[in-house]
Amino acid sequence: MSMINSQVNPRSDLFQANADAMLREVSKLRELNATIAQGGGIKARERHESRGKLFARDRIDHLIDEGSPFLEFSALAAHQVYETEVPAAGVITGIGRVTGVECVIVANDATVKGGTYFPLTVKKHIRAQDIARKHRLPCIYLVDSGGAFLPRQDEVFPDRDHFGRIFYNQATMSAEGIPQIAVVMGSCTAGGAYVPAMADESIIVKEQGTIFLGGPPLVKAATGESISAEALGGADVHAKVSGVADHYAENDLHALQLARACVSRLNWQKRGRLAMQAPEPPKLDPSELYGIVGTDLKKPFDVREVIGRIVDASNFDEFKRYYGDTLITGFAHIHGHPVGIVANNGVLFSESAVKGAHFIELCAQRKIPLVFLQNITGFMVGSKYEHEGIAKHGAKLVTAVACAKVPKFTVLIGGSFGAGNYGMCGRAYDPNLLFMWPNARISVMGGEQAAGVLAQVKREQYEREGREWSKEEEEAFKQPTREQYEHQGHPYYASARLWDDGVIDPLQTRDVLGLSLAAAMNAEIEETRFGVFRM
Amino acid sequence: MTSEMNKFDTLLVANRGEIACRVMRTARRMGLKTVAVYSDADVNAHHVREADEAIRLGPAAARESYLNIDAVIEAAKRTGSGAIHPGYGFLSENGSFVSALEQAGIIFVGPPASAIAAMGDKSAAKARMANADVPLVPGYHGDNQDDALLFEEADKIGYPVMLKASAGGGGKGMRVVEKSAAFQAALEGCRRESRAAFGDDRMLIEKYLVQPRHVEVQVFCDAHGNGVYLFERDCSVQRRHQKVLEEAPAPGMTLELRQAMGNAAVRAAQEIGYVGAGTVEFLLDADGSFYFMEMNTRLQVEHPVTEMITGQDLVEWQLRVAMGEPLPCTQDELTITGHSFEARIYAEDPDQDFLPATGQLTRFTLDLAGAGLQSDQVRLDSGVESGDTVSMHYDPMLAKLIVHGVDRNAALATLNRALAALDVQGVITNRAFLQRLATHPAFKNLELDTRFIERHEATLFASHNYAPEDYASAALVGLHQLTQERESASPWDRHDGFRLNAPHTVRIALSDPKSSQSSENESPLVVVEGQRNPGEQSWRLTVNGQTFSASLTSLTGDAVAITLDGHRRRLQVQRDGNVLILVDPDGETRLVWQRMDAVDHGQHEVQASFTAPMHGTVVALLVEAGASVEKGMPLMVMEAMKMEHTMSAPANGQVENFHFKAGDTVSQGDVLLDFAPSE
Repeated sequence: MSMINSQVNPRSDLFQANADAMLREVSKLRELNATIAQGGGIKARERHESRGKLFARDRIDHLIDEGSPFLEFSALAAHQVYETEVPAAGVITGIGRVTGVECVIVANDATVKGGTYFPLTVKKHIRAQDIARKHRLPCIYLVDSGGAFLPRQDEVFPDRDHFGRIFYNQATMSAEGIPQIAVVMGSCTAGGAYVPAMADESIIVKEQGTIFLGGPPLVKAATGESISAEALGGADVHAKVSGVADHYAENDLHALQLARACVSRLNWQKRGRLAMQAPEPPKLDPSELYGIVGTDLKKPFDVREVIGRIVDASNFDEFKRYYGDTLITGFAHIHGHPVGIVANNGVLFSESAVKGAHFIELCAQRKIPLVFLQNITGFMVGSKYEHEGIAKHGAKLVTAVACAKVPKFTVLIGGSFGAGNYGMCGRAYDPNLLFMWPNARISVMGGEQAAGVLAQVKREQYEREGREWSKEEEEAFKQPTREQYEHQGHPYYASARLWDDGVIDPLQTRDVLGLSLAAAMNAEIEETRFGVFRM
Repeated sequence: MTSEMNKFDTLLVANRGEIACRVMRTARRMGLKTVAVYSDADVNAHHVREADEAIRLGPAAARESYLNIDAVIEAAKRTGSGAIHPGYGFLSENGSFVSALEQAGIIFVGPPASAIAAMGDKSAAKARMANADVPLVPGYHGDNQDDALLFEEADKIGYPVMLKASAGGGGKGMRVVEKSAAFQAALEGCRRESRAAFGDDRMLIEKYLVQPRHVEVQVFCDAHGNGVYLFERDCSVQRRHQKVLEEAPAPGMTLELRQAMGNAAVRAAQEIGYVGAGTVEFLLDADGSFYFMEMNTRLQVEHPVTEMITGQDLVEWQLRVAMGEPLPCTQDELTITGHSFEARIYAEDPDQDFLPATGQLTRFTLDLAGAGLQSDQVRLDSGVESGDTVSMHYDPMLAKLIVHGVDRNAALATLNRALAALDVQGVITNRAFLQRLATHPAFKNLELDTRFIERHEATLFASHNYAPEDYASAALVGLHQLTQERESASPWDRHDGFRLNAPHTVRIALSDPKSSQSSENESPLVVVEGQRNPGEQSWRLTVNGQTFSASLTSLTGDAVAITLDGHRRRLQVQRDGNVLILVDPDGETRLVWQRMDAVDHGQHEVQASFTAPMHGTVVALLVEAGASVEKGMPLMVMEAMKMEHTMSAPANGQVENFHFKAGDTVSQGDVLLDFAPSE
């Protein structure tokens, strides 16, 4: 293995300016996260606490092995999406280790709108289940939810990926041998009742958890029967009479202890096999990432400097170094796991696309997980490139990315524009997990280009009509498009809509990838069969 | 005897533990071959490992091994040992042993049998002391043992008086009588004990000094008529007449008093033709008068404090004198330099009435470097090492920690540091108790007397109420350990509380080990939460609502520096399983730490009612309705499916009501009785 030779000068003005700018972005991200972590605000928290209930995040802390990592997904979900804020979309999801087994945890936050399901709550819940299925991770649902958010029933109930999909997933994952464990720590009303009912094992908290298809108000309306929630579907009912719950917990802490015990009895074995190495931290200083990358997408950087600060011992064996060099490919280890890295170092040409396809084939053949580091403005345009068939070469890369069955992880470390997003394993290509850095931007093309294209169309129209169009008018025309693209391409906008699994601090990238890789090794790495490559 | 005849090149040490090791150390330095003896319990004991050769004496019981005179002499013959050092205890003051050695032509490193005999009989000894002008405690030492006469004599002396067995020692057959009404009962008790212990029930009576100090003078005599004193030791801190802390020189001595006591001690020794090392014990009254108490005709446990202040090796002196050489020094050549303390490390639990402890010492080390001490300040005379087993067969003293300083305060400070540096695990010791003693203000202020421990019981045994700082420190050590724990290379197998874009959080649960042992209820847990941002060294710790900025730095050995809100303190960190012991010269914090996920949160709900598990018949009610019962007590028996089912009390409490009587038929789910737990 050869160590990356760093050319970074941490004393340069550019480095300092970059570092300051990135630190500001990371600080903003942390502040936003801290706010979101407070859930539904002081009043709701006080009420929640006065009932002797733990907060969703504290429940997770007590569920997972003490001090072990929690890889949270999409904390920014629903951020500035609805008319009122729904922090984290009212559900905390992520991977945590429970008695030594990596599990997907889905925890309703009852301080946020009573834990009801907004459209993005549903999307986030289902995304967590998709991750569980893909990584073959047991699921633990910490249920405390009033069910669907009724005013938006049309966006949460009827469609394929709406509420019903949650239970479909439970059933089909259970069928695949992926354990489903539910802990009822609050309401499980209506459809929500199926979370524990569909679980392999369920736990209910005394005088706190309730499960019923119709709550007391509905019962009263439907049949006239007056009954308390506890008498209708409390722990005593379900643990002693109905058998809907299997374990009876004294309180939240006890319930989480019982959930841990459930996981410890799974006889869980990982199926993924990789030739591991002893992990080693990077030799190059990861804290230099801020200064290398910065926040100005127009300032290029050598992506090898980034790779060298993420991979074990900063060792990177490059593949086809001198060919198609706007795409860097090579082998490295992250936290001991062998990985193939595909990273942009400029616009994609035909050679780079073919090189990428070749490299992905190698990794798929050898069952080596892939890591994509996206910083891509797109494929090269112009007659020369069209004539040499850049479209079919790009298609090879897209085919390879789409079909490769090895675990794939994508990090947007800069721009993610146009077809470059496809070739570099964007969301549509089903990477196991996809994360964004706070400096990244994602859109069909850059704001400037989009504005330019639109202006060009407009200008042609004006010319046809014989009208004048001044530079100032054109600028004024372009500005809203630029703003729209900047707004919609921002990581917070993207993450709020679950186009990714979270915005991460560049400094945490190595750990995030290591955790993701280790979690992915719960599943067997499948054989890949590629589609037709257009030659 | 010419000195040639007395030369020997092989020394057998007829003892075990620290003293055997200590004697062999000097013997080796003098070029002698060393021979140990051992019982079956000591096959691989420290003293056996230290010796050049070792001979098995017999089974574990001392009377069959270390007290077996024939076996010891046989061992000496087998190994060609020319001399035997008896150490202290065991055969060290046994006249028959010394006589047997004289007959066998083996040198006894100690006084002649006649001197032992002279001091062994306390009454006779006192008479001879009076002869030699050695001051005596007013008392009765006569042969007439008539009860009435003894009663009269006690009145004459004036209460309180001390009754002592004439043949006694070691606290047996000794009793303080406060008033005449209690005399007869005490006399009978003492006689019984004395008969049992020594086969002799003769008593002597002495005035009991209310606040005496125990001051003893080290004397040395050779076979050439020379005698010197090596100054005094104060052994006032005792429990049940067992010394705990000793020091030299005795605080508050004047030059005149030192000379007067020293000369009296030498006179006492020479009066009985003493040869070798001996200790003359005096009681020193508050007014400066002193009284002969007894003479110990052996090397004392606490001899190292004398060695520390005089710079002499008393075992070397013993061996030279035994070889027939004259004393190495004259009185004029002996001086006192600085001050020394000795603390006796016992395997015992001071909080359980000093119950002796046994077990395996998983760790026994003195981390001098970690405690910031120099090796010339501290001496550890130890009979054990890490891994050794402490058996029930012998004295529970493991080692002696001896320190030296320029003056008493400096030596005391060093003692406290050294005690903090002592790391003993696997077996409970009095280490923390010694720390409480040695840091006690009254001890520092020289309020010394032999009942020091009794008088300060309240403060010496006070149960700990740890401050939030103590919890914070222990939690920090726990956090430090947890964050470094890794069973595999998986990035999931780390415990630093990794979170995305948020401070890392780890919780540690702490509890007092004493309370978790004694109380049936769960011991109160103190949960300390630690938070820090990635890359940060220091934690924000929250303990019961109080927050600290806390960081830990590992120092040499067991030592760590813990900084809480900018206040850095140095501590020794010791671990006994899950028990964390943080020690500094002021004392120790002893807390059990747990990962939060190891804490049991089940409340094990106490059932308030009992329902019939199935259809059946009540066979018997075992208590009355309204009865208070203890946990586990059977309350009622019912029969179902030809099986008897017994309902037992789930906790301490009261049976409020039975709903059925014997012979009644019950259905599944029927409530059988109402129970009210007492909490």
